Amino acid sequence: MTDINNALGLKVTSAGVLSLIQDAGRYGAFNLGLTNGGPADPLAFYWANRLCGNELNSTVIEISLGGLELTAQIDCVIAVTGAPMPLTINGRTAELWRSVFVKAGDTIHLGFTPLGVRCYLAVTGGFNIKPIFGSTSTVCRESIGGIRGGKLEENDVLPCQLLPKPGNQLKQFMLPEQEQPKYSHEVLLHTVLSYQQQHFSSIEKRLFFSSEYQISKHWDRMGYRLQGRAIKADIAGILSEGICYGAVQIPADGQPIVLLNDRQTIGGYPKIGAVISQDCAKLSQCRQGDNVRFESISLSQADNLFHLNLSRFTQTQLITCN
Amino acid sequence: MTTNINDTIRLEVAGENALMLCFTSNIKCLSEQSILEDSPEISPNISNDVYHAVQLIRTHFTTEIIDLIPSYASILVVFNLLETDHHRLRNKLKAVLKQCNSASDKQGRLVELPAYYSLESGVDLERIAKHAKLTVEQVISLHQAQEYRVYAIGFAPGFAYLGEVDERIAMARLTTPRLKVPKGAIAIADRQTAVYPAQSPGGWNIVGLCPIDMFNAQAKPSMPVEVGDRVKFFAITKSEFLELGGHLPKQVSKND
Repeated sequence: MTDINNALGLKVTSAGVLSLIQDAGRYGAFNLGLTNGGPADPLAFYWANRLCGNELNSTVIEISLGGLELTAQIDCVIAVTGAPMPLTINGRTAELWRSVFVKAGDTIHLGFTPLGVRCYLAVTGGFNIKPIFGSTSTVCRESIGGIRGGKLEENDVLPCQLLPKPGNQLKQFMLPEQEQPKYSHEVLLHTVLSYQQQHFSSIEKRLFFSSEYQISKHWDRMGYRLQGRAIKADIAGILSEGICYGAVQIPADGQPIVLLNDRQTIGGYPKIGAVISQDCAKLSQCRQGDNVRFESISLSQADNLFHLNLSRFTQTQLITCN
Repeated sequence: MTTNINDTIRLEVAGENALMLCFTSNIKCLSEQSILEDSPEISPNISNDVYHAVQLIRTHFTTEIIDLIPSYASILVVFNLLETDHHRLRNKLKAVLKQCNSASDKQGRLVELPAYYSLESGVDLERIAKHAKLTVEQVISLHQAQEYRVYAIGFAPGFAYLGEVDERIAMARLTTPRLKVPKGAIAIADRQTAVYPAQSPGGWNIVGLCPIDMFNAQAKPSMPVEVGDRVKFFAITKSEFLELGGHLPKQVSKND
């Protein structure tokens, strides 16, 4: 194995607002109190890796809002997917949702996105970061993963593999435009009712599923706190228990919180249900002021949506561009 | 979508790929006092059932289960939708956990943790003593007299919820949490106690410092305890504390 400390790759010249090392997430460490982390928008993450011909779990950079600038120390192939951040290479506009050859010395710049929140920057072979508890994913709250357990900083070097052959001889791919996810300021969250729904009257449930909520100023990778019609539970708290991805907590003030990748693993607020994973990904591409609605679906509908989404991903073919 | 596995375990829906196993004391025993049904139950017996169910699940399942979160009276089961579904998992859990009941009295390990109790390391000792109308020495001896159980691990990496402290030294959380609770702080909230694995914000009442790492990513195992273990604290002196690698943080060592 190459010495990570001396290996060359992409050097951070400007870290942006929040740029994090992520792979598919950390699983199997709940017993230590470690949460999952992982990409807030897994679909865009998987596409970035597929465009680079990588294993789907390869390590990438998740960029929130924008402002990341990198200098390539070696030739490499990258792909950027997700929110439409303006991407330039040496000042020249480049496209998202396709693989791009970058030469040693080139500067990769991501501006700020007007829509959506998060982008994924993958490199062929994945970034070579040492995993901890089976994953490279960064969870800042836990100081776990990534390079120092925190977000990227100026002068960090993210080591990459050497290309197998000269970059200009490598095929480049793109995702057909009609397959590229579109981001918006509104999202519908399909939700499976969970067992504590019994603590919400049928009127409260109807209010919950017929109201529009706004994303408050508290939105991050742990969870999104919403504002709107308050929902009442007939209990204030429960004995602390495990919290799954997408769980919708209703604290005493009645304002729902949707819990995401970096959530605490246990908690004591009552939960009305859980948003399905593909809609959690869409939610994580929204920000303060955006609107969300909840729609109740059955478990079998949720299962169908999961498998439909998956088969759409696996069956979509990339287009060769050169 | 409730499935009763036996008299004490219920299986419920938690999310797209998550089930919740809910544990109670024997339902038959409870029926007489059904008024208490809604009050949260913390009991060593229930925790023992949780502990045994976790062992059974770990033995009988492999890749179809992604992870488990055991807690006071529940286990969140997160599963892999590529390998199984709610229906199949429900049936298999039902078969595996039928044999799980309180009859088994196999206990978790006993882990002894050193504790430097003093006014300089336990900044809230005097407040607790005053509130409990006890002396500081009595508070200390009550805290180390009890054998605690690891009911849950969460909040932060390595944070183990231990219960339950003697009623006399139970103490509500601070109304305004401290911004910095030092690493190793042994603290009380209501009838729970814990050792802070790292410096973090927190509202628990500090009674002492523990020099042992509650979480060390580089060590194997990363934690000295797991859910279901028993914990007992034993008092050590300041010099023993320092010898064991303990550090006195600035904000609590006000007498130095």
